[in-house]
Amino acid sequence: MPTKSAARTTAVPEPPRIQFEGVVKKFGLNTVLDGLDFSVARGDRVTLIGPSGSGKTTILRLLMTLEEANGGLISIDGEPFTHERKGKRLVAASEKYKRRMRTKIGMVFQQFNLFPNMTVRENITEAPQHVLGQSKDVANMRATELLAQVGLEGKADAHPSQLSGGQQQRVAIARALAMEPKILLLDEVTSSLDPEIVAEVLAILRDIALSTDITMLIVTHEMQFARDVSNRVLMFDGGRIVEEDEPEAIFTNPREKRTQDFLKAVL
Amino acid sequence: MTDLWSWDRAFQAVPVLLEGFQITLLATALGMVVAAILGLAIAISRRSQFRIIRWPVGAMNEFIRQTPLVVQLVFAYYLFTSISPLQIGITVIGIHYATYMSEVYRAGIDGVAPGQWEATRALSMGPVRTWRAVILPQAIRSTLPALGNYAVSMFKETPFLFAISVVEMVTAAQQFGAQHFQYIEAITLAGLIFLIASYPTSLLIRKLETRLAY
Repeated sequence: MPTKSAARTTAVPEPPRIQFEGVVKKFGLNTVLDGLDFSVARGDRVTLIGPSGSGKTTILRLLMTLEEANGGLISIDGEPFTHERKGKRLVAASEKYKRRMRTKIGMVFQQFNLFPNMTVRENITEAPQHVLGQSKDVANMRATELLAQVGLEGKADAHPSQLSGGQQQRVAIARALAMEPKILLLDEVTSSLDPEIVAEVLAILRDIALSTDITMLIVTHEMQFARDVSNRVLMFDGGRIVEEDEPEAIFTNPREKRTQDFLKAVL
Repeated sequence: MTDLWSWDRAFQAVPVLLEGFQITLLATALGMVVAAILGLAIAISRRSQFRIIRWPVGAMNEFIRQTPLVVQLVFAYYLFTSISPLQIGITVIGIHYATYMSEVYRAGIDGVAPGQWEATRALSMGPVRTWRAVILPQAIRSTLPALGNYAVSMFKETPFLFAISVVEMVTAAQQFGAQHFQYIEAITLAGLIFLIASYPTSLLIRKLETRLAY
């Protein structure tokens, strides 16, 4: 019996885009995530807030397979992400399987991580060409569109070192979008930018959030941005979700003492 | 008493030396190609996730670096009698220097920011593209000056080939000396030719170093 049709008959509503079930992550003796459960529906834009060290970034890094969980199960669209089905059993996923699953996910980093040895255009077209197998023309055309979308039309042939931080981060956003991800992970994308540049990057992300149905998982200290863009906010502390709600509710009227204290400190 | 220096003999020595110099250049150039390619292969396999690859390569590497080049040359010379001495020489020098080069590459690869690896993962890039398009171009850029320095020192170690009867420039100088019962002219000129050839090279490397500095 193919598992796909089995899933279709048992799970009538479509599976969540992202699901964490009992996920445990330890760094040495330090348990960062302790049996974390949560799920994100398709098209949801979820902001993770909380003090540093509360495990927010770890969640993004687990999804991007930059870290490996010590326990639990992570699924994307109902398919186990870190494990693959071999008949009825779940076994640890092969590198090939993980790479295929990973193409559904894009990530923008705090430090941009552009490839300094490539031009802006090459940064954007590298993966579409060599991972998705797009032709050079198609990849270039898409790169031109994306550069226009992030307001960097004239910069295709520049190298990252010739761009400002804000411009580099906009290229990084274009590069992630070029892979047509279903899920976009934003890891403190404005934290290393000058304050006056933060707004231009956030405006672009707001555009993308409101004009596409990409599922977004956002770690940020920009509470206004979280409020504008996300439709759900999760408050983390000590590797657990303390509180979750719509942004309006959580920012104006947090229920938990821990959330109140945190928001008082950052707002 | 014979005179110490005769210009006549010096001029006679030049064509003989230049012929030997061709072998010196050939050995250096080909040895360098072997060292550059093999060194990279060693550096990458020492990062392999499989112990079965990592361990033997590491042990071989250590063994080669802890034994003298001359011993390796003579050993290979008597082991592979069917191969020409020059081919043996080039291969052994190449392998010997590959182990040093691998350390240079390793430092270069370690110097690539962790964020670069993470970005290749986030873009689902496979291992081949990750190395070829992202990691190596950045790693090699920073290793070029060190690679150049090894090329110069390899160039100066080619006289060890005399041990396996390859007539490169210094051996040619000695043979010339033996024929004329006077060594000074030929060996002095050989030294000068080394200087003339390697000094511009090291200047070039120094220039490269400053140009590549960020």
